[in-house]
Amino acid sequence: MNIDMNVLIAGMYLIAAVFFTLGLKGLSHPRSAVGGNFLSAVGMLIAIVATLLNAEILSFQLIIIGMAAGAVIGTIIALTIKMTAMPQMVGLFNGFGGGASVLVATAALFEAVTGGGAGVSGASTVDLQFLIATVLSALIGAVTFWGSLVAFGKLSGIVTEKAVRYPADQFVKALAGAGILVLAVLLVMNPGNLLYLWLLIGLSSILGLLLTIPIGGADMPIVIALLNSYSGLAAAATGFVISNSILIIAGSLVGASGIILTQIMCRAMNRSLLNVLFGGLGAADDDDTETAD
Amino acid sequence: MELLQLLTVFVLAVFLGFELITKVPPILHTPLMSGSNAISGITVIGALIATGAENTRLGMILGMVALIFATINVVGGYLVTHRMLGKFKKK
Repeated sequence: MNIDMNVLIAGMYLIAAVFFTLGLKGLSHPRSAVGGNFLSAVGMLIAIVATLLNAEILSFQLIIIGMAAGAVIGTIIALTIKMTAMPQMVGLFNGFGGGASVLVATAALFEAVTGGGAGVSGASTVDLQFLIATVLSALIGAVTFWGSLVAFGKLSGIVTEKAVRYPADQFVKALAGAGILVLAVLLVMNPGNLLYLWLLIGLSSILGLLLTIPIGGADMPIVIALLNSYSGLAAAATGFVISNSILIIAGSLVGASGIILTQIMCRAMNRSLLNVLFGGLGAADDDDTETAD
Repeated sequence: MELLQLLTVFVLAVFLGFELITKVPPILHTPLMSGSNAISGITVIGALIATGAENTRLGMILGMVALIFATINVVGGYLVTHRMLGKFKKK
């Protein structure tokens, strides 16, 4: 009985994955775009229904409240905003997705190390896969969340639209990256100490701000496309945390196609993808000493 | 699931994602970005499990906030994409 249920869930996830793929394909052609978006939404519905069949889910009260709240907020935002404000709304929604990935990974690690609860699906053993995936999910998710908030702020005029540059900015970013690397190693070696996770999320949040603040408002759509790709990768990392195939498939589909879309948009706007990746977009950057990570 | 199985799925999906999108007319850049952003809300699945499993209080709170965030991403993302595409049709 239980095994049959798991087969059913896996089958539904497979159908959802096919719908996501066809949906993305459809969205890249003008004629099939509306249908593509619809297909992908149906895929999401199938994935959600399949998950609710999971035997681990025991209480539905909080789920109903949470989903209802999110659906109402999402609907109101989506239906009331002006057409001209669409790009920043995509940025904001994207930030929420990245933030959700961090929170799920955090919850999974917390449950796994305290052992107080039932744990989050498949994440009961704190092994290397689990820890590395948690680190990646926290890092990419936090960068996505804060980066998206800055992008939203810049496009809606809350934060200055100008490219904010300061001396040695690449060095500061590299320093933040090095700090994250150290914290990641410390967390993997001491998974029981959640302080390392909080610090890692904090420093990743700062990195998210550092990466988007030096970019001018006109280039923000490219940054949002890139952050969209990141949020897909964060979801895929979360998939490795809880050993869930649909998260990995949908997340990496978005992560990979998002990079391609970012590249296409760069070419259309005459920008270099490398400059976006290092947050040096907009101003001519003749400092070639940037180091990867 | 085994790590190797998950990695296989991951690598193949990455390649599929790279190949899936080739020529996109500029007018579809933003809707495609918005539509794939809605898909990245798939993390709602993790949030559902974290919220629904009998976890500790902190675990459930984290799951619940994640669930609200992810649902906003999914519902808002699909609706906004639909609105954008509707605008193009009338043009």
